Amino acid sequence: MTRIAIVDYGMGNIGSVANALDRLGVTPVVASTGAAIVPADAIILPGVGAFHAAMGNLRRSGLDRTLTEEVVSKGKPFLGICLGMQLLARESTEQGLTSGLGWIDGRVVRLDPAASLPVPHAGWNEVQLGPPSPLFGRIEPSAHFYFDHSYHLECGRSITTATMNYGGVWCAAIQQGHILGVQFHPEKSQRNGLRLLRNFVTYVQKRKGESC
Amino acid sequence: MLKPRLIGLVLVRDGLCVQSIGFKRFLPIGRPEIAVEFLNRWGIDEIAVLDLSATARGSACDAETVKRYSRLCQVPLSIGGGIRSVIDVKRIIQAGADKVVINSALAAEPEIVTRAAEHFGSQCVIASIDARRGPAGFSTWTRGGRQASGMAPAEWARRAVELGAGEILISSIDQDGSRAGYDLDLVRSVTQAVSAPVIACGGAGHPRDLAAAIAAGSAAVAVGNMLHYTEHSVIVLKRALEALAQPIRLDSYVTYRHSEVGPEGRLAKLSEEALDALRFRYIPEETI
Repeated sequence: MTRIAIVDYGMGNIGSVANALDRLGVTPVVASTGAAIVPADAIILPGVGAFHAAMGNLRRSGLDRTLTEEVVSKGKPFLGICLGMQLLARESTEQGLTSGLGWIDGRVVRLDPAASLPVPHAGWNEVQLGPPSPLFGRIEPSAHFYFDHSYHLECGRSITTATMNYGGVWCAAIQQGHILGVQFHPEKSQRNGLRLLRNFVTYVQKRKGESC
Repeated sequence: MLKPRLIGLVLVRDGLCVQSIGFKRFLPIGRPEIAVEFLNRWGIDEIAVLDLSATARGSACDAETVKRYSRLCQVPLSIGGGIRSVIDVKRIIQAGADKVVINSALAAEPEIVTRAAEHFGSQCVIASIDARRGPAGFSTWTRGGRQASGMAPAEWARRAVELGAGEILISSIDQDGSRAGYDLDLVRSVTQAVSAPVIACGGAGHPRDLAAAIAAGSAAVAVGNMLHYTEHSVIVLKRALEALAQPIRLDSYVTYRHSEVGPEGRLAKLSEEALDALRFRYIPEETI
C-alpha cells in the first residue's frame, strides 16, 4: 500500500488532485495536520493562489517544519504542483518579498513574456522535455499540459527537467533528487496528467521497495 | 505555444442539460453528468456548467452536484448560476470546481467578485456578460437577459476586471442558438477594452466561426449546442479547426487526421480506395 498525503493548507482545489489519484487506484490521505503527514510514504503539495498567503498558512499551522523534516531530513518523495512547486524557492516577489521553504535554489518572479502576451499564462501549452526524469516516462515530447499562473520559478538549468514557451522559455518542471515539482496542473491535464501522476506513484513505490 | 481553449458549455435548466436558443427556448438533452463525462472523454479543453434556472430559484449549485461533475472532469471545471455570496463561491471551489462564473451578482453584489478573487485568486473568477445588439450599440443584461444594466459590455467588462475578475465570458443573446456565428463586433469591443482573457460565446455553428472569434482576439471559445447529438463532436470540431490552420490541442487517441473536412465543417466520406484499403485494428484501452 502506497500512502500518499495531499497537503491541505487552505489553498485551492485539493479535491481534483485527490480525484485524479483515486482514478489511478491510489486512495490519498488529505492531510491538514503534521500528524496526518508523518505516516505517509510520499507528499503532494498542491496549491492555487498567492505565495504570501500560502506561506502564511504553512507557517501558522507549523506544516512548514513538518514538511521540511519529512522531505528534506527523512528524504520522502515530494511532488509540488503549481504554487506547491514555487513554495520550494528561497523567496518570491509576489506582493512584496516573501521567503519560501528554501529547499531549492531559486526565486519566484512575475512572468514577463515578450510581445506583451497576456499574464496570467492560462491554458494548454506544450512542454519541452529536458534530461530524463522519472515524472515524464511514457509522455511524448511536446505533450500538452494545463497551465494557470502569473508568476514563475527562476532556477538553475541543472534542476530544470522541462520548459515551456510563452514569449520566452520558462521553467515547467524541476527535480532535485527526490524533490519534484511541476508548474502545470497534472490533475487538470487529462491523459498526460494522469500518466505523470502514475509515474510519480511508480517512483514512490520503487523507492519504497529499495529502502525495505 | 499556448493553444486557444475550446470550452464545452453544459447548460442546465431544472436539473436537465439543455440546448438554448435566444435565451428563450430550451431543448432538453439529458443528464448533465453524461454531457460532462463525454466532453471530458473527447478531449475538451475546459468545461463550464451553467445553471440557467438558479438565479430565479435563488440558490447556486450544491456541493454534492459539483463533486459529481468534478469526479468526471479532468480538465478545468467552471460552475455558474445563482452565485450570490462568497460562501457560495467557497462551497463550490471546495467541492472541486476550479472557477466560478458570476453574472447577475455583478450588478446586485459586485463585491463578491473582489472578495472571491482575494480569497482564491483572480484566475478563479469568470465574469459573465450577456449582451444584446441595439440601434444605439450593445447593451448588457442580467438575470438571464431579463434585466438591463444600463451599461455597454465593454464598460461592464472593464469594471469586472477592476473588481478582480480574471476572465470575461461574453455572450450574445441575439446569436445564442442561431448557428450564425459569434457576434464578432461584440467580441472585439470587449477584447479591445480589457487585457484579461476573453471567452466568446453564443452562435457557433461552423468551425470557421470559432476561428473567426479567435482571430477577433478571444483567448477561448465556448460551444454548447453544437457539441450535442454527434459522436466525437469535440474531436471532429478540433480536427476541422486544424484543417482551417487554426492551432488547437488535439491529442485524443482518435484524431480523424486521415479524414478530409467538408465545406459544411463535418468529416467528408473517405474515398472508395481509402475505404477498400481500411483494415480494422484492435486498439486496447490504455491502462494508466
